[in-house]
Amino acid sequence: MTFTIPIENGNGVKDAEADSQRTLYPYVTGTSVVAIKYKDGILMASDMGGSYGSTLRYKNIERMKAIGKHSLLGASGEISDFQEILRYLDELTLNDNMWDDGNSLGPKEVHNYLTRVMYNRRNKFNPLWNTLVLGGVKNGEKYLGMVSMIGVSFEDNHVATGFGNHLARPILRDEWREDLSFEEGVKLLEKCMRVLLYRDRSAINKLQIAKMTEEGVTVSEPYSLKTFWEFKAFTNPTVGAEGS
Amino acid sequence: MFRNQYDTDVTTWSPTGRLFQVEYAMEAVKQGSAAIGLRSRSHVVLACVNKAQSELSSHQRKIFKVDDHIGVAIAGLTADGRVLSRYMRSESINHSFTYESPLSVGRLVVRLADKAQVCTQRSWKRPYGVGLLVGGLDESGAHLYYNCPSGNYFEYQAFAIGSRSQAAKTYLERRYESFQESSREDLIKDAIMAIRETLQGETLKSSLCTVSVLGVEEPFHFLDQESIQKVIDTFEKVPEEEEDAGEGEAEPEAALVAAGTGEQGGSGDQDVAPMEM
Repeated sequence: MTFTIPIENGNGVKDAEADSQRTLYPYVTGTSVVAIKYKDGILMASDMGGSYGSTLRYKNIERMKAIGKHSLLGASGEISDFQEILRYLDELTLNDNMWDDGNSLGPKEVHNYLTRVMYNRRNKFNPLWNTLVLGGVKNGEKYLGMVSMIGVSFEDNHVATGFGNHLARPILRDEWREDLSFEEGVKLLEKCMRVLLYRDRSAINKLQIAKMTEEGVTVSEPYSLKTFWEFKAFTNPTVGAEGS
Repeated sequence: MFRNQYDTDVTTWSPTGRLFQVEYAMEAVKQGSAAIGLRSRSHVVLACVNKAQSELSSHQRKIFKVDDHIGVAIAGLTADGRVLSRYMRSESINHSFTYESPLSVGRLVVRLADKAQVCTQRSWKRPYGVGLLVGGLDESGAHLYYNCPSGNYFEYQAFAIGSRSQAAKTYLERRYESFQESSREDLIKDAIMAIRETLQGETLKSSLCTVSVLGVEEPFHFLDQESIQKVIDTFEKVPEEEEDAGEGEAEPEAALVAAGTGEQGGSGDQDVAPMEM
């Protein structure tokens, strides 16, 4: 079911735009990204899964990428749109570097640029189907923000996308503190990711954690979380259910 | 400079590798009334002489705010200056809108210079007849640039342009080493004293000059007449050595302008061409 807009000018000839299609629904998607500010900077976590509808088709997708010297971008939603965004940012950082004048794009600038891009695409009814998390540290200032596919953008001490909003944010609201150490931050993120692993069906048990500090941006190697399935309720799940 | 057969349009080179139309445009800058800029580590001061054409009229605006962190002072064809100021404001605000961050001064001047260069390489255009002193503050500190009609730009600790600017430059040359660590007040005082040098003996009054300041935690703004007069009062009683009128304006862009017979700076002390002021 495709939706094309036929455009005709006076000569009855269709313009190039006539057969263009607008984004209707995403195809290969990534699930939640969770990020928090901690004492020395920002921590961000996401799994490496790319779902094709209900199939967990791709299991090695890096959904977090460093941008320039100071920022990291994490994305959920359509993977191809994320790659497109990375191309835009690549161009942006390249042009910024070509000035060669000691100025560099900080996370705040990248976040606002992305907000403009996302909002403009939304206005054309052709959105980039992503929710983006942008974090970084520049000149000692920590920055963490989010942009949605309709251009809603804001900053906060902890953000999450998709299911993360419902499952991870409540945990973070209770347990986040300004002065988390690196280990505490990682533990907190892993707690959130574990809940998502249990409850989000598009999540897979292979995640990366990224760290942003004044020194720079690093993304960890992929690893798995330990899970526990020996809950009594799982051993006999239908006990007490109707008709059992 | 004398008329010659290579000066009719800007797209004709002379046999000695000069573009006379561009050089003539730079002459227009020398005709305008003086503008001065100085910078310290944390502040930039732009000042200019306001001479109204007659008692009845008001004076022309020569200093423009481009953004909270950038200001520009012009000398030459003020109409050209106004148009370029509008361009600078536009660039600055577009950058702020997209990146929510102030545009760095260095990048703004390059765009301005590239715009000026275009006019030196099109047969249907003429070079802008205005010199711009762009002062601003960004991540890398305080900056003062001079953009000239040729499309070149240079960074300065202090500079003066326009008629009788040589007198101001001589004053600034004597004192520039202290500017980097100057306090805001001293910087303003130096700017006003430099303005005084260009007045050639005329009494310095606050109505004759416009002074603007910008700095760390201080967005661009003009000083009011009272404040300027107070600064003048602190030194006006002290007799100062008379500086000679500028002879042989050696504009720093000597690379472009062949170091030939420099015209007397601010030619025609009494009359200024009607276009500027």
